[in-house]
Amino acid sequence: MLEIENLTKHFGAVTAVAGLSLSVGQGEVLGFLGPNGAGKTTTMKMVTGFLAPDGGTARICGHDIVSDTRAAQMRIGYLPEGAPAYGEMTPREFLNFIARVRGLHGAAAGLARDMAVARTGLEAVIDRPIENLSKGFRRRVGLAQAILHDPEVLILDEPTDGLDPNQKHAVRALIRDIAAKKTIIISTHVLEEVEAVCSRAVIIDRGRLVADGTPAALAARAASGKLDDVFRQLTSAEAAA
Amino acid sequence: MIAVFRREFASYFATPIAFVFLIIFLFAMGVFTFYVGHFFDTGTADLMQFFAFHPWLYLFLMPALAMRLWAEEKRSGSIELILTLPIPVWETVLGKFLAAWAFAVLALALTFPIWITVNYLGSPDNGVIAASYVGSALMAGAYLAIGACISAATSNQVIAFVIAVVVCFLFTVAGAPLVLEIFQGWAPLPLVETISSFSFLAHFTAIAAGVIDLRDLVYFFSLISLFLFANVLIIDLGKSG
Repeated sequence: MLEIENLTKHFGAVTAVAGLSLSVGQGEVLGFLGPNGAGKTTTMKMVTGFLAPDGGTARICGHDIVSDTRAAQMRIGYLPEGAPAYGEMTPREFLNFIARVRGLHGAAAGLARDMAVARTGLEAVIDRPIENLSKGFRRRVGLAQAILHDPEVLILDEPTDGLDPNQKHAVRALIRDIAAKKTIIISTHVLEEVEAVCSRAVIIDRGRLVADGTPAALAARAASGKLDDVFRQLTSAEAAA
Repeated sequence: MIAVFRREFASYFATPIAFVFLIIFLFAMGVFTFYVGHFFDTGTADLMQFFAFHPWLYLFLMPALAMRLWAEEKRSGSIELILTLPIPVWETVLGKFLAAWAFAVLALALTFPIWITVNYLGSPDNGVIAASYVGSALMAGAYLAIGACISAATSNQVIAFVIAVVVCFLFTVAGAPLVLEIFQGWAPLPLVETISSFSFLAHFTAIAAGVIDLRDLVYFFSLISLFLFANVLIIDLGKSG
């Protein structure tokens, strides 16, 4: 479903992503872990076509993001970091806009919008300007936008950042709910989230893959059996080297 | 592209921008025409005094309309959303530009009472007035294309505005005697003529005289295309980081 092949990106002298390769299949929820600046967000920006890679590519359901950008982007739902939206619009207007851009019209657009609204619990704020909404609701508007066209691949950059425990629970339930038929990548700092929703986790550090396995298998690498300890070992060891 | 156009056009009206702009636009048009241009004292039934001030008003008002087109998206991060949706960059560029242009044409159309007034007072050459309106709309488009292109290069609306005003000013006065005198002493005649042929004033004045010459149309459309093309290039350049 999603193949990342030797993806590379430099910013000046800094190498943000250094030849990352990764393959994620249907039904997998991949936790994308790494310290700040490890290249998680840069990788997601390249996979979604926002940034052009310096080398390598990513294929979404067989469509190359570099050479077949539109076809690839049609199959992705993307929640960028910080869940940006158009503040002056209401969630209803915003989701209608997304539906139109995604090629949905008339009844199909309305149906897709209502489904996304129901799944993310936006009914109460549907006609209030997005800029007046709380951080939690804004994040959910971003999620609604990402799942609206029922994409095969979902890429979520810190989907639960800034949410309260109840909202986190709701978002995780939503992800588990739709996971079976999709390929999902979640970047996060919250390691408990990985254990709660991910079927697989990778840790990247300075643009390279340093660990890949089920959350349980990764956690077992530390004497304590805790994922945080593995995370600290792998990433700080690299930084010290 | 239609979805982008509709969203962008509606966004002018979602905030007080539209009403503030329309009021200032119409008020300034009135002040310049009646007080500075002494519309009633000229004793002739035409709108020369009215159209003569358009380039100078547009110089400030069009960059104000265009400055937010891209800078705002960059500041809020929504640029990441719009560029990862399955629409080609050129469609987004065109949709945004056309929305701003449509808004400017709407503002221009709302000056119709002065056309009615001059017809009530005398019998003007309505063909010349119609041509002047066409010329004014084209010139507004050229100012907006410049403003949109510069807006794409920054995330700061104030910078976008100031630089756009400067560039628009250069294009406006390129044919003025003051500028040409600087070159006339030493530069070869073809160069002086080339510089003067870049002038908005020269082309607008030609159309406002009542003659819609193909050369003037080609000039404005080429200028708009050129800046929109540069706009696409700037966005693509941003993608490669």
